Amino acid sequence: MRRFDPLTIVWVLLAAILAFLVINPMLRLVLSSLQAVDTGDWTLANYAIAYGRPRYIQALWNTLMLGVCVTALCLVLAVPMAWAVSRTDMPAKGAIKLLTLAAFVTPPYLGAIGWILLAGPNAGWLNQAWMGLTGSGEGLFNIYSFAGLTFIIALYSFPYLFIFISSALDTVSSEMEDAANVLGCGTLRTMVRITLPLVLPAILGGAIITFLEAIALFGSPALIAIPARFNVVTTQLLQFFSPPVRAEVAAAYAVPLLLITLCLFGLQRRILRRRGFVSMTGKGGERRIIELGPWRWVLLGYSAFVLSLCVLLPYAALSQAALAKAWGRGWHLDNLTLDNFAYLLFRHETAGQSVLNSFYYAGAAACIGIVLTLSIAYIVSRRLLPGANVLGFLCMAPIVVPGIVLAVGFYAAYAPPPFALYGTATLLILAFTTRFLPVGYAQASAAIRGINPEMEEAVRILGGGRIVAIRRVLAPLMRRGMIGAWLLVFIPASRELSTALFLYGPKTRTMSVMLLDLSEEGNFERLAALGFMLLIATMVIVAIGFRFVGRDFMQRRT
Amino acid sequence: MSRLQLHNLGRMFGVVPAVDNVSLTLTDGEFVSLLGPSGCGKTTTLRMIAGFIKPSSGTISVSGTTISSPERMVAPEHRGMSMIFQSYAIWPNMTVAENVAFGLTLRKMPSSEVRARTEKMLSVVRLAHLKDRYPSELSGGQQQRVALARAIVIEPAVLLLDEPLSNLDANLREEMRSEIRRLHDEFKITTVYVTHDQSEAMVTSDRIVVMNQGRIEQVADPVSLYTKPQTRFVAGFIGRTNFLDGLSDGTHIRFDGFSVPADGVKAGPASFSVRPQSISIHAARSADEGRHGDAWWVQAVVAERAYLGEYWDYGITPVLSGQMLRVTAPPATSLSAGQTVWLAIDHRQAARVPAPEACA
Ligand SMILES: Nc1ncnc2c1ncn2[C@@H]1O[C@H](COP(=O)(O)OP(=O)(O)OP(=O)(O)O)[C@@H](O)[C@H]1O
Ligand SMILES: [Mg+2]
Repeated sequence: MRRFDPLTIVWVLLAAILAFLVINPMLRLVLSSLQAVDTGDWTLANYAIAYGRPRYIQALWNTLMLGVCVTALCLVLAVPMAWAVSRTDMPAKGAIKLLTLAAFVTPPYLGAIGWILLAGPNAGWLNQAWMGLTGSGEGLFNIYSFAGLTFIIALYSFPYLFIFISSALDTVSSEMEDAANVLGCGTLRTMVRITLPLVLPAILGGAIITFLEAIALFGSPALIAIPARFNVVTTQLLQFFSPPVRAEVAAAYAVPLLLITLCLFGLQRRILRRRGFVSMTGKGGERRIIELGPWRWVLLGYSAFVLSLCVLLPYAALSQAALAKAWGRGWHLDNLTLDNFAYLLFRHETAGQSVLNSFYYAGAAACIGIVLTLSIAYIVSRRLLPGANVLGFLCMAPIVVPGIVLAVGFYAAYAPPPFALYGTATLLILAFTTRFLPVGYAQASAAIRGINPEMEEAVRILGGGRIVAIRRVLAPLMRRGMIGAWLLVFIPASRELSTALFLYGPKTRTMSVMLLDLSEEGNFERLAALGFMLLIATMVIVAIGFRFVGRDFMQRRT
Repeated sequence: MSRLQLHNLGRMFGVVPAVDNVSLTLTDGEFVSLLGPSGCGKTTTLRMIAGFIKPSSGTISVSGTTISSPERMVAPEHRGMSMIFQSYAIWPNMTVAENVAFGLTLRKMPSSEVRARTEKMLSVVRLAHLKDRYPSELSGGQQQRVALARAIVIEPAVLLLDEPLSNLDANLREEMRSEIRRLHDEFKITTVYVTHDQSEAMVTSDRIVVMNQGRIEQVADPVSLYTKPQTRFVAGFIGRTNFLDGLSDGTHIRFDGFSVPADGVKAGPASFSVRPQSISIHAARSADEGRHGDAWWVQAVVAERAYLGEYWDYGITPVLSGQMLRVTAPPATSLSAGQTVWLAIDHRQAARVPAPEACA
């Protein structure tokens, strides 16, 4: 007779947790979209309502257009910069990379606020400057428009594409290009005929992710599209959630977004799987830097211009507003104040609390997520249990669920009794945990795979049990990797908006939700101050990550 | 006291047997090597002994107690064994001394004794001066010594080594294999040593187990393994050899292109493994008739030659034969290609091996 293995209990426990975090919310989302609220009968009525009005369909169309335009713009921004940094002798590459990283960690909605200050109709700084210079009575830019929204989203999405493409370019050896040169192919033609096709799969793969991120975004559309009086899917979802709450209609409305993501993600994986020929050339080949001559200054200028649009200008505008009594009066000594911060932290009912909440929820989600993903990654990599791969798969599954869709699912699953968790910190923490489970799992399994199992076996053969091996050898060796993984969950969780939005209660506002509330009040100084705090906190955390984990730790999630 | 016994041991991966019906007994304090080509199941066998892999069939026992069977496994930590891994698996988060002391502290030994034993062990492997270093600050050979010290200091019942020298350069490898044998002579631990390098196995072992495709081909001490290989595989794997495949009619054995007196070899296929140094080269058949009187003589032509410093390596083809024989000769004997010579094949040093499958 086989002895009962205590590990089976662990397996059941982990499976139960993942069922709670991943399977149930998605199941409830789909089920509730197909059921009548009062009777529970099967029905398609929710879909009929969700797509029953032209403006609801218009919102879906807007979302798709937005995704396409953002992706196109991102390519224009990212490809030349990635090429310049990876393959040419453009100067100041380090600074360009650092600023791209800064853009990468900037929450898109903060950038949006910065750009409202810069390009708000007439009052924005750039419009002021334009009117001052030309004497025209009207500003040049209007950020409250479809184009404005596209522009803002692209500014904060392109860094991902940049990282993705430049790491692909890093793997193309110059020997391949040299081979073409030797056959009489010029530099430009080699670029187009040899290099481009080699990295095209990476570009396509990155573009698909960019598209998916853009259509799932909530913050920037809420700040820009709502005042501009047009809707996208995510803002439309919010309207289904404003009283009277029609969660089942929201669920029906969210299902297509889920399906689109699912399909495109599958497509992306397929494209990238076939890119074997890029990685095969390996790092072995020497990479030659292409000398651009005077053109390198043109590329540097372009890169600097793009990065000033997404980092320097908005940061300047934000800090000016955060420190100003009235932002429109500009940089004057008598306009300077710290009162905005004092107001938020000490006088405002919930703002101070919301800052704490954000860090508390993100920290808790990161801790739970790391413990969970590490245990699962360990079980999977050591093949401790049959069927462990299922657990690994479930950990990666939320990657195809847009945050806002996840929130609708969590709402459907856990807002009603018996759980009745709506508005509690527990629900937010669990939702954040699920949302960033894939990031955590990718990190955790990379960390575990990086450690030779023989390290552990050496402990065991010398007389130590598995627990001793984990405590004395595995844990110390993985500490760096674990800190990195924790930060990579913590950073996005601390600013997560779309998941929080449908789940928070009066006492559980997060900083991101608070920002949105303040923006509705229209008080930009305080809004900027709150954003400023978030930005500083992010920078501090990233710096800690640099210090303890290494400079490349942010890139590792790609 | 620690008699290690493998009984009909087998392990399947899917439907493929990685280890197939292996039986072997190690007496107390014996040093046995598992030798064989890549993928023949050496590591799998060793890891079954260590308790990391469960056998699909058969048993493993130490001093009469069964520790592995398809039904029941004693966990690796309760086997009282030690293992040295191909990667060394030195823990980078501990100093040299901490690495070596680890197994002792797990045994709840008083710390003064842990320290004393650790220091003694470190001086045995000549690392006393490096005890506070971290592994990343050591050379490959030094890391190897840490692994040895760590494994031996706990005085295990059985010591297992999986290709411990394969990551070292050639010089160090020679030094370390003598070191391993020296430590074995000092501590007399029953040892199983996995390697695919025959000279390593021959230097270190009391007995060598030659494995092929999951099965044992032959178990013998180094001398008999070399001089009396029982299978063609062993003859070809241990050292270089020439196979002479012929057919006996009771009075003569006919080989490819020449025939020799049967000398009691019964009628039927007759195959021999002849080492290159068992063949000598002569200008004429009459030379040294006394010493090589009953050798098999055959006239041959030098086809190719290479000077290797310690000896000449010739490829010589008997006249009328398609088979080239490898022959080694002292550095002084220089022949040129195309030269006709007489070969004296010393058949007393040849080993009778099974006929190739195609002829049998
Ligand atoms: N975990 C496993 N799953 C499936 N097959 C395996 C596994 N481990 C080993 N094998 C197979 O079993 C056979 C024996 O492997 P083993 O590692 O014992 O060989 P080895 O003799 O140690 O070879 P090497 O000298 O290359 O280390 C090989 O064919 C290998 O492919
Ligand atoms: Mg092996």
